Amino acid sequence: MDNDFAVWFSKSFGLFYLIALSIGVLVYAFWPSNKKRFDEAAQSILGDEDKPHRDQPWR
Amino acid sequence: MFNLHYRLERKTIGFLLAIIGVASIGGAVEIIPLFTIHQTVEDAPNMRVYTPLEIAGRNIYIREGCYACHSQMIRTLRDEVERYGPYSLAVESKYDHPMLWGSKRTGPDLARMGNKYSDEWHVRHLNNPRDVVPESVMPHYSWLGRTELRSEDLGRHMAALRRVGVPYTDDMIANARSDTYGQAAPDTPFAEGVTKRYGAATNIRAFDGKPGNLTELDALVAYLQILGKLTDAAHKPVAAAGG
Amino acid sequence: MKDILRWSLNLLASRSRRVLLAMIAQLTRYERQLALFILLALSICGLAMAVAGTGDALGVHGAIVLLAAIAGTFWVISGYYEPEPSDDRLDRYFDDPSRLGIILAMVWVVAGLFVGDWIAWQLAYPDLTFDAAWSSFGRLRPVHTSGVIFGFGGNALIATSFYVLQRTTRARLPDQLSPWFVLLGYNLFCVIAATGYLMGVTQSKEYAEPEWYADIWLVIVWVTYFIIYLRTLVRRKEPHIYVSNWYYMAFILVVAILHIVNNLAIPVSLGHAKSYSAFSGVQDAMTQWWYGHNAVAFFLTAGFLGMMYYYLPVRAGRPIFSYRLSIISFWGITFMYMWAGSHHLHYTALPQWVQTLGMTFSIMLLVPSWASAGNALLTLNGAWHKVRDDAVLRFMMVAAVFYGLVTFEGSFMAIRAVNSLSHYTDWTVGHVHAGALGWVAMITFGAIYASVPWLWKRERMYSARLVEVHFWLALAGTVIYVFAMWNSGIIQGLMWRTYNESGTLAYSFVESLVAMRPYYIARAIGGLLFLIGALVACYNIWMTIRTADQPADQRLGDHPVPALAGGTAPQPAE
Repeated sequence: MDNDFAVWFSKSFGLFYLIALSIGVLVYAFWPSNKKRFDEAAQSILGDEDKPHRDQPWR
Repeated sequence: MFNLHYRLERKTIGFLLAIIGVASIGGAVEIIPLFTIHQTVEDAPNMRVYTPLEIAGRNIYIREGCYACHSQMIRTLRDEVERYGPYSLAVESKYDHPMLWGSKRTGPDLARMGNKYSDEWHVRHLNNPRDVVPESVMPHYSWLGRTELRSEDLGRHMAALRRVGVPYTDDMIANARSDTYGQAAPDTPFAEGVTKRYGAATNIRAFDGKPGNLTELDALVAYLQILGKLTDAAHKPVAAAGG
Repeated sequence: MKDILRWSLNLLASRSRRVLLAMIAQLTRYERQLALFILLALSICGLAMAVAGTGDALGVHGAIVLLAAIAGTFWVISGYYEPEPSDDRLDRYFDDPSRLGIILAMVWVVAGLFVGDWIAWQLAYPDLTFDAAWSSFGRLRPVHTSGVIFGFGGNALIATSFYVLQRTTRARLPDQLSPWFVLLGYNLFCVIAATGYLMGVTQSKEYAEPEWYADIWLVIVWVTYFIIYLRTLVRRKEPHIYVSNWYYMAFILVVAILHIVNNLAIPVSLGHAKSYSAFSGVQDAMTQWWYGHNAVAFFLTAGFLGMMYYYLPVRAGRPIFSYRLSIISFWGITFMYMWAGSHHLHYTALPQWVQTLGMTFSIMLLVPSWASAGNALLTLNGAWHKVRDDAVLRFMMVAAVFYGLVTFEGSFMAIRAVNSLSHYTDWTVGHVHAGALGWVAMITFGAIYASVPWLWKRERMYSARLVEVHFWLALAGTVIYVFAMWNSGIIQGLMWRTYNESGTLAYSFVESLVAMRPYYIARAIGGLLFLIGALVACYNIWMTIRTADQPADQRLGDHPVPALAGGTAPQPAE
């Protein structure tokens, strides 16, 4: 690999990678059907169930 | 039942791969091009390698954690160049496994320490820094002069360094022990071998002021006196900027 | 006081015997056999190291490993014929490793802070070394950094991650042996690291000082840790993985990547502790600071954010302000930190384009960092009366504030022009400690104070007032420390670059050193306050555990009690 190419790639790649990832994460976070799941997750740690569940699909 | 299990597992693994992918690319993109850097790093054809005594001294420098308070990297800033000397080039640490650039200057930078002070100054300073610099807060290393240098395995150290890329010859490795002794014992037949293998400019002195006994103090002073002296690339007027 | 001490020691002796047997009793017969097999393998490794490394520090470490393995073998054998645990255990979470992890974290924090404060005094009084090699600044400094980061931080992360993992997945840890292996194996690594530094065994890579054999051992422990996480996660009840686990997983995974790459080295021989790094010069510098900065990111940030996203909402009794924001900031942190390491190398021989990339991403990092800090503080919005009354919650609140401040300062210091002043000075040291004391230690003490009553089935800590005392000692110590280092760092940086009228440098290096002295003393006092606070915490935790030992009828449920009734301690839900 030639140094000029490697440097050029490194300098430009981060920008596109950053934009693509940001869009991906924002879409995931704000996808309407995910809202319910997130709200449940935020509440889940406040429940007062005090035992591990036994009905595991497999162990 | 099996389907649920499969779905959960797939999701977990996918999530893990996402973390690895997102996290590792940034570092890879910055680090990998540096391994093609031989195309841009300054050329220093006459740069020499560390002698076995200097390696031993460098290992003592590492062992005692000197790097925690002293840097070996002069930045490309006017005040640093005026205080310490020409700024450090990448090529100067190409044989440093690992590098000792440091991150903190509780004490001054040492990148150009070589031959700046006399051996005697270093010996007194290491024995008790406050004898020569009353305000110093450096610990004293008075036991170095009392501790015999362990030199019997330096050839193996050099062989390990060769495996990671330092160009030691078979001759250098085979004569590691006599060269260690010879560098601190001028006027002995062993000293000539050091000059032959590492160049006429190599310091050959009884560094701790006591010819005949080879101590850790000899090794550390030998190392301090070579800092910045392996190549003169940084002193050349049109040296390529490293930074 | 003396009576309490004697009583405590007696209790400790009889109690630890009982506790040690109880630990074995939890293992199934198969696990006991497996434990013996592991200990046998470890003994052989220790013996081999001791023999091959005779006359070298490696031999000493071999002896330590061998002794540890033999002690472990006797321990397992002594409990080998205890009855096997019943299936009832599957109805409870497996919390004993978390309990021991918290105790070990407190032991390490006292040791690490003590050594740190000692060397802080050495910079004002350099002859506090007792004329011994092991007690000089250079050898003790990694004992301090590893002691607090890996000893304290690592044990706290392992302990809380097991706790949080089980509650958030509602699955018990997959078996009884592997969590003990991870916790005890990790502490063996820490002991080898710390004793190695005292003997001068170090790779000189900051925060990655342990030599090759300790590094290999840590990889084995770490992979086991990761597998525990994975096995528990795939048995979780909910399809969605709670965000704390995202952070803990990023911590485990990325630390593994960093650790393996940065520690690539060739040992001199299998009988030498010494090794030579595979990298040299500029590549080594970049690899090291890629590691070093991301150790901050994934050990000291991601892991502790995982802690915060569980303990802060639970203690406040309110869900996290925005779950979406926590996801966005997670990916931001995971992605951007990896680029930022090169800001440690501004104006050096590192190519400038790498420096610029590091600076750019460091500044952008402020966005996800403040998203997390803001998310934590907004969670408390509406619960400020609880913050006022409950010092445990206040620890977590102050941690979030410091997290916000430190990430801002970090982005600021990554700017090349600022870095030209701050680099190599005490400002960096102050920045690190604002993060380590203000953020990492505060969130950890908050989490520990929250966990101890839950883990030992108590209603509350032994003394809420002592938590309050600890809080103010810790806060005062941190503020004194950070202000002292800001002052000394900026003065130092300015003195180094000041010119007089004739165009020459105005100050010698020694003059700048003399100017530091009052700040070095102030810093050591700040550190001392923080250490005293940690000792108060140890006493408080010990007394909480001690009282838990007496009546067995006050056992509470396995789950934390979320809601605070506005008092100084959580009230039982039952």
